[in-house]
Amino acid sequence: MKTIYMDHSATTPVAPRVFDAMIPYYNDVFGNASSVHTPGQKARQAVEDARDKVAALIKASSQEIIFTAGGTEADNQALVGYMHANDHRGKHIITSAIEHHAVLDTCEHLRKQGYDLTVLPVNSLGVVEPQVLKDAMRDDTVLVSIMHANNEIGTIQPIRELAAITHEGGAVFHTDAVQSFGKLDINVRDMGIDMLSASAHKLYGPKGIGCLYLNKKIKLAKLLHGGAQERNRRAGTENVPGIVGFGVAAELAGENRLESETRLTALGQRLQNGILERVPHSRLTGHPALRLPGSVSVCFEFVEGESVLLMLDSYGIAASSGSACTSGSLDPSHVLLAVGLPHVIAHGSLRLTLGHNNNDEDVDYVLDIIPRVIEALRKMSPLYAGAGGVA
Amino acid sequence: MMYSEKVMDHFMNPRNVGAIEMADGVGDVGNPVCGDIMHIEIKVEGNVIEDVKFKTFGCAAAIATSSMVTEMVKGHTLEEAERITNRTVAEALDGLPPVKMHCSNLAADALHEAIKDYMKRQQG
Repeated sequence: MKTIYMDHSATTPVAPRVFDAMIPYYNDVFGNASSVHTPGQKARQAVEDARDKVAALIKASSQEIIFTAGGTEADNQALVGYMHANDHRGKHIITSAIEHHAVLDTCEHLRKQGYDLTVLPVNSLGVVEPQVLKDAMRDDTVLVSIMHANNEIGTIQPIRELAAITHEGGAVFHTDAVQSFGKLDINVRDMGIDMLSASAHKLYGPKGIGCLYLNKKIKLAKLLHGGAQERNRRAGTENVPGIVGFGVAAELAGENRLESETRLTALGQRLQNGILERVPHSRLTGHPALRLPGSVSVCFEFVEGESVLLMLDSYGIAASSGSACTSGSLDPSHVLLAVGLPHVIAHGSLRLTLGHNNNDEDVDYVLDIIPRVIEALRKMSPLYAGAGGVA
Repeated sequence: MMYSEKVMDHFMNPRNVGAIEMADGVGDVGNPVCGDIMHIEIKVEGNVIEDVKFKTFGCAAAIATSSMVTEMVKGHTLEEAERITNRTVAEALDGLPPVKMHCSNLAADALHEAIKDYMKRQQG
């Protein structure tokens, strides 16, 4: 059975051009990028070429890119590193209720260390309203961290406005752009972003490599100690093949972005509308228009998300959910609760995130299967009969 | 896969789904907040559970344990049914992932509620 992979917000396959570019750096060009000899300097050159490519994608300068072991490290580095280096200016951090746990848990860690934390609510579409941030800004606010696009519901935040408000209040703006990097147009200067986290494996690059963009003017405390790599900002021998792969992935994303955005937006719209038309008692989560291209998130009443995923998997469809059973806790996703969905609805969430390999045929197939799966599960559900469904 | 083959079989091909006309006992457990609701209906003849049906809202473990418990008691006496526990249901399915043992393993409880309901009706 063919696998229809629609979980690109979880991870993506490595693009062939990325994979081919990485291979030589595992053997032929294996040098340590810190070494003085020729093999080392060849590796160094590859790292710096990749840095240029990653920087170019977001209109940053190359010195402003710090390679990390992924998005989680970049978020930790940005938040902990910034607070530890700048807390003489103030101890107040602001973030939002729908952040990835890499940000939320790190903020909570900082709060336990004695920092002050405000977690902003979002509206029912998952947007952090600029006025809400404005009202939360204090004299001692030094850092605001709000994600660019949400991983579960796809909503895109008004980053420009949020960054401007942050700067008016004399604070620094960080954004977790793990989901949007390479998919949405990002210009760190125009948008007023001071720090930005990204991860290669969300854009057809390898896992275990990411970066933190850090505006030149900003001082950070190191998170990892033990070497002067990354201009003395991140210790540890560079993951040369990973960095090379990230560079090519960023380059490809830049080349394909507009075409890909148009195609995935149309494909996603068709999938989303098709589901909502075919399945009664279903609803969209997140913003109807301001959302990641190809990101479809819905809730089906009377069914539970894990059951939906496993049945879809039996038809070869790979998707994800924010139900409690898939979050590993008793509560459904904090994002779905933050947009105001009741628990019982949030348990029935489904996320389908499209990517390069998906086409119209895949969408047709999924649109054929989903109503059957939901109907089969509803026939088993004690909640459905009471709602006027066929018992 | 995190689930045993037996769990997947009972999830994909659940036994005894539905309702019984004029059921003799009805049991409900769980709540929508935690994401698992089980409803079991029984038909009792003499001392034997002649028929049993379920409806469940929940994850694969919740559906599979519901299906399994109906299979374990159909045609058995009330005393035998009362001896079934959530643990024996999980064992009959070749085990459940640890995280599922508490939240989604309530089928025996739902069955016992149905038997209790039957007993109450007999007395009434």
